[in-house]
Amino acid sequence: MSARVGVVTFPGSQDDQDALRAVELVGAEPIALWHRERDLRQVDAVVLPGGFSYGDYLRAGAIARFSPVMETIVAGAREGLPVLGICNGFQVLCESHLLPGALIRNGGMLFINRDQRLRVDSVSTAWTADYTAGQQILIPIKNGEGRYTADEHTLDELEAEGRVVVRYLDNPNGSARDIAGIANAAGNVVGLMPHPEHAVEELTGPYPGPATDGLPFFTSILKRLVAA
Amino acid sequence: MARVVVDVMLKPEILDPQGQAVQRALPRLGFDGIVDVRQGKRFEIELDGPADEAALARAREIADKLLANTVIEQYAVRFDPAEADRVTEPAAG
Repeated sequence: MSARVGVVTFPGSQDDQDALRAVELVGAEPIALWHRERDLRQVDAVVLPGGFSYGDYLRAGAIARFSPVMETIVAGAREGLPVLGICNGFQVLCESHLLPGALIRNGGMLFINRDQRLRVDSVSTAWTADYTAGQQILIPIKNGEGRYTADEHTLDELEAEGRVVVRYLDNPNGSARDIAGIANAAGNVVGLMPHPEHAVEELTGPYPGPATDGLPFFTSILKRLVAA
Repeated sequence: MARVVVDVMLKPEILDPQGQAVQRALPRLGFDGIVDVRQGKRFEIELDGPADEAALARAREIADKLLANTVIEQYAVRFDPAEADRVTEPAAG
């Protein structure tokens, strides 16, 4: 049986179809999940996609955190279910306290939309094993509230435990310690602001390339699930 | 009926780019001597029952669970003392 990777659609999700497509491209079985359903349909991993869930009312991710589907995902993540939060999905993971810290308004107040150079600093997570440590990649970012913040103690802990997964090479928004993405202690939960699902095909990926630097996020999880 | 006001502000150590943008705009409008501006949210919650400590405690629980993200924000709850405290249109003339 092929690996089943679920993608949650919240009201206001925008990149759920792209994430489903990326899952399919690498040969996994994409499963659409709905925010009101507690049932995860026997998926082996979950992607929380980008967008503006519940209109980003109150705070980005704050309402989505209390949706029925998130109850099951939070419980599953604590038991080891692999979860990838992209952009708004990262914000949901922080609001859910599956990941520490928070994402606040970008420095300079700008909504930033560009292809962003990153460095992969941790390849020991469920979602980044197919990269090599220190690999430089190009992945689009598009957000207004992507500035990662946490207290110094938390930042030190993330660094010491190797949980900073990706870093900006030229920090676009003032994120603490150039952090673009982090993992939980077990490495099954990863959140990042850049959009790997927008960098999986030559036609639609960053131009001029490399256009497909986001693929390893999806091949990593597939290999892990198939090997399991 | 108890009306409770919850003020949510970014913690002092968290940068507030919105407040900064407002602060930078003020001198251009002729307002000098503005040292700092910070922007927050105000919630007005109406609860069943009397305006007592239990009502405040419920409001605190709501603020803690949903209205504020205590990683980056702090909150304060109080009773709305009077209609005079409410945001109103400036008086004409």
